[in-house]
Amino acid sequence: MLKGHQSWVFENKPTIISTATVVGPFEGQGPLANDFDIIHGDLYFGQDSWEKAERTIIEEAAKLAIEHANLTKEQVQFHFGGDLMNQIISSSFAARTLSIPYFGLFGACSTSMESLALASYVVNSGGAKYVLSGTGSHNASTEKQFRYPTEYGSQKPPTAQFTVTGSGAVVLAPKGEGPVVTSATIGRVVDMGITDPFNMGAAMAPAAVDTIEAHLRDLEIEPGHYDLIVTGDLSKVGYEIAKNLFAKHNIPIQQTQYKDCGMMIYDYNKQNVQAGASGCGCSAVVTYGHLLKRVQKGELNRILVVATGALLSPLSYQQGESVPCIAHAVSIESNV
Amino acid sequence: MASKKKKKLTPVMQEYQELAKKIEPKRPILQNCIRAFIAGGIICEIGEIIQQMFMKWGGMDQKEAASPTVAVLILLSVILTSFGVYDKIAQWAGAGSAVPVTGFANSMASAAIEHRSEGLVLGVGANMFKLAGSVIVFGTVAAFIIALLRLIFDPSSAGGAS
Repeated sequence: MLKGHQSWVFENKPTIISTATVVGPFEGQGPLANDFDIIHGDLYFGQDSWEKAERTIIEEAAKLAIEHANLTKEQVQFHFGGDLMNQIISSSFAARTLSIPYFGLFGACSTSMESLALASYVVNSGGAKYVLSGTGSHNASTEKQFRYPTEYGSQKPPTAQFTVTGSGAVVLAPKGEGPVVTSATIGRVVDMGITDPFNMGAAMAPAAVDTIEAHLRDLEIEPGHYDLIVTGDLSKVGYEIAKNLFAKHNIPIQQTQYKDCGMMIYDYNKQNVQAGASGCGCSAVVTYGHLLKRVQKGELNRILVVATGALLSPLSYQQGESVPCIAHAVSIESNV
Repeated sequence: MASKKKKKLTPVMQEYQELAKKIEPKRPILQNCIRAFIAGGIICEIGEIIQQMFMKWGGMDQKEAASPTVAVLILLSVILTSFGVYDKIAQWAGAGSAVPVTGFANSMASAAIEHRSEGLVLGVGANMFKLAGSVIVFGTVAAFIIALLRLIFDPSSAGGAS
């Protein structure tokens, strides 16, 4: 329950009983390819628009997570989901097919942990037996909405990030086999006045540090409590800035391993992704695909996932507004 | 403008932005200029070759050959855009592939392809000039101003006489 100012401790330890990750062809060429359940060879996923493609993978990951839990969708009480599209159409349209009672969320790329935190809260308080939580993004639909047409030849600066095509989903239950969610810290919106939409890492880093600081303060722990602290999609630029901010705020991050999902999914030497990865799908597929597998194998005991989101719209940056950012932290532990 | 923006920032924000600036990798301007020179040069060279071919085998003079040359370049650009190659060239070439007529064709073709899913009228028709539109608007405005200046300083040129 509430601990400190903005954190929840889940004393009943809601369990992640199943996970599912679906990614596109480009992610399938990356170093984490073996950790994903489905890798598609076609960026359209057999659909005729990017938006439908995004919807398809969100749906597919959700269905697969339910299947992995040996459940049917009728047994799942609630579905928490969101994505980057206007009016979160991808998740809502996927929810139309799933027809599970649905909460639509928007936290930009922080949606993965926002939905996981809320789903955990509901399960922990006895509000549901099984809850589905998922999110996803598609590189081309995001480019189309936030930047330029996908085939438009514009040179991206070295601070730009590449939106992940992928979707991750989990099913939570009060009991079962799998990693458990032990606490969550809900972040506040932080805006340091960065206006460049091609520099999300720098915009989001302060939000990540703010939430991690709040988490450590609320739970009265040090970074060493975790085997790994991982941020969502700060990528190279934001990651370096975050490390600087930790030092400035006297957070001894060196006690633990600090990584960033945006720097894990692609191979910088072979894949031309500038600063790294971003998107709702980034922290979702890296956490649900790669990190949870490592927790289950016993390589990691306690991890803190801090998904970061940039809450801008194409309109807001065209009007010269800065980029407000948010980060949500969820701690996951192995169940042994 | 920059100082006006800075005034709105709190000291904490300013301090942060200075930190962020230090860490952000800069755009490699010199490298970009060299690449733009090479890529732009190659595109123009291709254009020159096409024009020479029209002049040699098409029986056109230099002026007549200009329009079909541009048309061929546009066609090539649209084909490369459709195959998903032009944006990859552009990441390397930068302004070199954006400034020539091929870049203009790419901006229109890419928007048309992208918005095909919204239909022919509201999709392709309405969005085709999404990027190219401002080039046309400001190109026309600039041309008007230049024409006006020419009229003022060289009134004898009015009426199209050269």
